[in-house]
Amino acid sequence: MSNYEPVIGLEIHIQLKTKSKLFCASPNSFNVESPNTNICEICTGQPGTLPRLNAEALRKAIMVGLALNCETAKITKFDRKNYFYPDLPKGYQISQFDMPINGKGKVMVGNREIGITRAHLEEDAGKLLHELPGSDLKSSQRSDPRMTYVDFNRAGVPLLEVVTEPDFKSPEEAGLFLRQLRSIVRYLDASMADMEKGHLRVDANVSVRKIGETKLPDYKVEVKNMNSFKAVEAALSYEIERQTELLEKGEKPIDETRGFVDHTKTTVSQRTKEAAHDYRYFPEPDLPPIAITDDFIQELRIALPELPQAKAKRFIKEYDLPESDVWQIVDDKSFANYFENVASELGAWFEADNISVEKYKKSLKSLANWLTGDFLAMLNRDGKTANESGLSPENFAELIKLIEQGVISNTAGKSVLTEMYATGGDPSDIVDRQNLGQVSDEGLIEGVIDKVLAANQEVVEKYKAGKTGVLGALVGEVMKQTDGRANPQLVNEILKTKLD
Amino acid sequence: MKLHELSIKELNNRLRNGETNQEEVLTYFSKRIDELDPKIHAFLEKDAVIPAKVDFESSPLAGVPFAVKDILAVAGQKARASSKILENYIAPYTGTAISKLLNADGIVFGRTNCDEFAMGASTENSAYGPTFNPWDLERVPGGSSGGSAAAVAAGLVPFALGTDTGGSIRQPASLCGVVGVKPTYGRVSRYGLLSLASSFDTIGSLTKTVEDAAQVMQIISGYDPMDSTTVNVPVPDYLGYLDKGVNGLRIGIPKEYFASGISTETERAVLAAIKQLEHMGAELVQVSLPNSVYGIASYYIILPVEVSANLSRYDGIKYGHRSAKASSLAEIYSLSRGEGFGPEVKRRIMLGTYASSSGYYEAYYKQALQAQVAIRSDFKKVFEQVDVLVTPTSPMPAFKLGEKSDDPLQLYLADVFTVGANIAGLPGISVPCGQDAGLPVGLQIMAPWFKEELMFQAAYTYEQATDWHEFRPPVW
Repeated sequence: MSNYEPVIGLEIHIQLKTKSKLFCASPNSFNVESPNTNICEICTGQPGTLPRLNAEALRKAIMVGLALNCETAKITKFDRKNYFYPDLPKGYQISQFDMPINGKGKVMVGNREIGITRAHLEEDAGKLLHELPGSDLKSSQRSDPRMTYVDFNRAGVPLLEVVTEPDFKSPEEAGLFLRQLRSIVRYLDASMADMEKGHLRVDANVSVRKIGETKLPDYKVEVKNMNSFKAVEAALSYEIERQTELLEKGEKPIDETRGFVDHTKTTVSQRTKEAAHDYRYFPEPDLPPIAITDDFIQELRIALPELPQAKAKRFIKEYDLPESDVWQIVDDKSFANYFENVASELGAWFEADNISVEKYKKSLKSLANWLTGDFLAMLNRDGKTANESGLSPENFAELIKLIEQGVISNTAGKSVLTEMYATGGDPSDIVDRQNLGQVSDEGLIEGVIDKVLAANQEVVEKYKAGKTGVLGALVGEVMKQTDGRANPQLVNEILKTKLD
Repeated sequence: MKLHELSIKELNNRLRNGETNQEEVLTYFSKRIDELDPKIHAFLEKDAVIPAKVDFESSPLAGVPFAVKDILAVAGQKARASSKILENYIAPYTGTAISKLLNADGIVFGRTNCDEFAMGASTENSAYGPTFNPWDLERVPGGSSGGSAAAVAAGLVPFALGTDTGGSIRQPASLCGVVGVKPTYGRVSRYGLLSLASSFDTIGSLTKTVEDAAQVMQIISGYDPMDSTTVNVPVPDYLGYLDKGVNGLRIGIPKEYFASGISTETERAVLAAIKQLEHMGAELVQVSLPNSVYGIASYYIILPVEVSANLSRYDGIKYGHRSAKASSLAEIYSLSRGEGFGPEVKRRIMLGTYASSSGYYEAYYKQALQAQVAIRSDFKKVFEQVDVLVTPTSPMPAFKLGEKSDDPLQLYLADVFTVGANIAGLPGISVPCGQDAGLPVGLQIMAPWFKEELMFQAAYTYEQATDWHEFRPPVW
């Protein structure tokens, strides 16, 4: 066991989902095929143009801040961060330096509190292309291998940069936080938050210290280039191991920026921090400071939806769901809503049929299993939301009822669900049409069992010799003969009586 | 009277009455430019933008041509800020002030020379050669809006737009004997003005008379969503204030503006003008603006800091000059900017980069901002006692070309009476008020924030009682 523990802080750039860019009317949708189509004189830095703040971006930034329990600034302002790069049209980025829109905040991750340092607004840069997109270009339009091209579609897209305190104690904790954060911004419709698409970009600061020490280590490594949560966790794990090894050898890791290499799951040095940049921040004179009134904050606070953590707590309490399932259900707001809709259908039925609370709760667990199991897998496979699946909550509730009442088996349930997902059909119809109704006719089952036993004398011998484990094989054979329709409980009981 | 002698209103009236027509007007001024401008070099381009259908009744300046300082964007026209770095740059959009004039059926008629990126007080810093003062072709017209001032002074165009960041409209107006207006910061949209110092830049007019000025400012003023620093307050009817007189108007005379360093004849002319105002019923009040001594120093910290960032976009990547010798990204930047910018621009970029660097920011920039606050509060206090302030516009009349170009500090001091209004964001006007060695002298009138009408009122009253605005340069 290592004597060292990691100290991890995260910086997350979240691309806000808005109609237009942060400082101009150009559409905020840059993942378009052709470069330089969603641009205007402002976001390309034409001489004489001026920025004007997108109110929607400001509102969404504040709402994310509120969700992270940040203090909203009474007065916020923008600053210029000066540096030259071809993807930066003005030669400076409009960002926020000392008066960010969101100040200190905190969130619970598992049962630990993680501090948020700040969450500020800034504009994204363009993208450098070393090859022009589109393979069907005429040869005169093909890219020149000596050239680098600049696409400004992304330039000026609003970013919210969330900075955490160095409070994470493991890669898994950092990963959990990131999943929570993604869930939050999606609940608020503040971002698509797809890491693979760059809507959410994570930089991690990691260092390692002896367990028991309270001071921050006197060095820091920044890790970049991670394009999934798994990659963040892998990069952190690798870094912790690498730095611990160095410290155990009596060496101090150097301050540097390292890049994660996905296929080797390692990090490599990109640049050392010695050449620290002086960004010469100073207040953006083209944008006067903005006063945020208490009334406005209150208005946004009221507009906040129930957030994933609160929803998870409520679901555990209200539906008696196991903690292990609940996050999968609440992670996506529409999925959680779907669950609630099905649950309420079930509730109505059970109430009408005067069925016990225990049975209702059991059916909710079954619902949770079905939703997070086969159904979620199908949705993920097709990139659909529950609502887009065409499977109505009523029908889903009916499916659960059929299963819970023993009308169909679990196995049959799967094929009914598949059919419902494909056609949007009514489960009872499907059961009738496909003859999937569960067979509970004892005589019928006995007949099948007799045949099976006769045909599998060797197995029967084994059972009688004490290898009771082979019972499963016999049950399986009976189910097969009945196309999965025999009530498995009955099959079990009858088989046992016959054999014992 | 010939067309170039007419005021904006008179010219528009002739068009309305059919005494002249659009073509005749444009031909007239075009010919006049062809004849006189080779000597003056006020114009860089003669291209016109004529609204699709000019209705002479639509506004008091419909059909009237005006020149535009080369630092303002007009769609389809070059916008070079008199710099080599924008040699081939064509603006893809039109700025707000010019759009408003075009909507009033005004006619964009040529682009005027200026100091490169408006950095200078003599129009000698233009990459396309200097402009000469129509009063004496060996002298500068002032700057940076020297081309606009000279063009109006020589009657090459009825009026022109300029920009004023530290005195760049008022000082050349003074040196060329025309009326120059710098509005309150936030009164006229800067959208379309190639930024020099965003906190100080303003767009204003150069005209032959105060009435013309009020006319132009009336149209270009007002809140603009494209410029977040414009203020949403109503624009009063400036023309309605012109003949209200100065009876009972309290005029402040700040003692710091009559200190040593001012030319004797200039001072005499300005004091005579003040006497004239008193004679017409104004009440004179001696006032003090003690922090004005920090004006030039703080201005030349804040301005370069903003310049250093504002001019970063000229990087040879997207538009403008790119060095043919560059073979790496770093060289695209260093060579393109090295070749494209003139010495004064480079000086200010370096000053600003230095003053905003880590370790110097607090010592310079922060201090300068404190001085700005002090200067502003001086003005605020003084405007509790007086309605307007009256001072000389420039400490001296037009100087000879080359006379101050070896010593940037000397040239910076040409702005000593004008920077205050920029630092504080106040409006100011310069009106002709006499002569110094046969050259025009300007009287500066400053008003409180968003009270341009008061300075128009005082300036108009003074102008009507005197005939300095009718003095014409020899080329006229």
